[in-house]
Amino acid sequence: MSRREVAVVGVAESDLGVTGKSRLALTSQAVMRACDDAGVAVRDLDGVFTNNVSRFSTTLLSEYLGIDPRLTDSTFVGGSAVEAYAARATEAIAAGVIDTAVIAYGSDQRSAKSRTLGGPVEDWTPAAQYETHHGPMYPASMYAMAAQRHFHDHGTTEEDLAAIAVAAREWALLNPAAYRHDAGPLTVEDVLASPPVSTPLKVADCCLVTDGGGAVVLTSLERARDLTNTPVVVLGHGEATTHDTMAQMPDLTSTGAVVSGSRAYAMAGITPDDVDVAQLYDSFTITVALTLEALGFCDPGGFAELVADGGIAPGGRLPINTSGGGLAYCHPGQFGILLLVEAVRQLRGECGERQVADPEVAVAHGTGGILSHHATVVLGRDR
Amino acid sequence: MHEIVEVPLGPVAPSPTDADDPGAGFWEATRNRRLVVQTCEACGHRQHYPRPLCLACGGTSLWFAAAAGTATVVSHTTVARAPFEGLEPPYVIAIVELAEGVRMLARIVDADGVECDGPVAVAWAPLPDGRHLPVFRPA
Repeated sequence: MSRREVAVVGVAESDLGVTGKSRLALTSQAVMRACDDAGVAVRDLDGVFTNNVSRFSTTLLSEYLGIDPRLTDSTFVGGSAVEAYAARATEAIAAGVIDTAVIAYGSDQRSAKSRTLGGPVEDWTPAAQYETHHGPMYPASMYAMAAQRHFHDHGTTEEDLAAIAVAAREWALLNPAAYRHDAGPLTVEDVLASPPVSTPLKVADCCLVTDGGGAVVLTSLERARDLTNTPVVVLGHGEATTHDTMAQMPDLTSTGAVVSGSRAYAMAGITPDDVDVAQLYDSFTITVALTLEALGFCDPGGFAELVADGGIAPGGRLPINTSGGGLAYCHPGQFGILLLVEAVRQLRGECGERQVADPEVAVAHGTGGILSHHATVVLGRDR
Repeated sequence: MHEIVEVPLGPVAPSPTDADDPGAGFWEATRNRRLVVQTCEACGHRQHYPRPLCLACGGTSLWFAAAAGTATVVSHTTVARAPFEGLEPPYVIAIVELAEGVRMLARIVDADGVECDGPVAVAWAPLPDGRHLPVFRPA
């Protein structure tokens, strides 16, 4: 079989915020909604990609929803897992191994109060043996040290990072589903006045902690053209893994997104200038800053100029994180699923007040762990 | 280089019980407050934390060379909230690069004036089991 083109045909959010629902309930809700959006029967899915339902996530979800998958994957690399799933699902569909995949995620972390400031400790790991006892917040202190080094190398400031949180809030004010939709505007002064977490990062530099989830359905472009929605074609993808423990990050200000992004751009045959809208993982403001630079939206060290004066806010030079992002819309632990959902909705022109004018190419970039894993997906509207 | 400082710590993983654990020699040296760096016998590559093979050449004959105990700060952060019981924020942690070229995460004590690229020197936080943890102070 020759290589098939692959498209996203359905997307959905689960309930978001504080839901009182289980991870199984949120994940299966998202799958059913995304299949409904796609016009695809749940039983017709033959690829299942998910990791947070339980210890055996794919067997449970498949049994629960009556799916008989030919391929499953629970790769766990943090919030970028879903962008990696999109790549794997695309390759499997392209090769004819499967026909229709669902990528799904659901988390009850807010309702379950399962998030801790230090993260899980596994005694046999190098992190536990060489780092945890010194008392880093996990993951916050890694991102904090990346920010501190960026300040040192490039003369950037807390104000520059604050502009990213301010822009996220502005987008959230346009998104009725956003956790901070009704919270009113945020100012740079508000961000600077918020309590310190791990310096230079403050509470307002950090993402929300909410429940939530979503799902994405992919199939061959040929089949997609027979379905209701405008197909959103997977044009390219790329992935990179750089480290696991804090001290092993090779370069604190140049992330694996340099590699994952260039791989994805090369496959798609585009440059950063061709990107109309980008959904960039925003666990912290610094995550966005480093990713803007790594993906070539500005020069290395140059994020401050791009985000100044509303550059990434509604109406700005580069629309990013148009949902309000993890900072202001929803962050269910692994935010990657909602990056893909928003990228697809923007390309389909379904975003209401926050819709970007006629975008043709979108990027979703996931960042996992402590800047450890990166996965970039380039999507385009079917012509 | 052998100074002892009392530092409130987070959870400490138990000492390796397996003599083949790549880190056993590192931890053994800390009992005498000696900082050592795993070094490849074949190619001379230095690495930390200790691994079962040389990350440069793949060699498996590895030994521990004494480190000078001096380092520079790659980056640092003041932790404002306790991630684990027993810690007393605010305190400073940093990624430091030893004179030998390897990096480690460590607590910085008496950290006033700590800055990126600034010099630091090792001191030792005692553990109940006789080992010590390398921490650093501005030099």
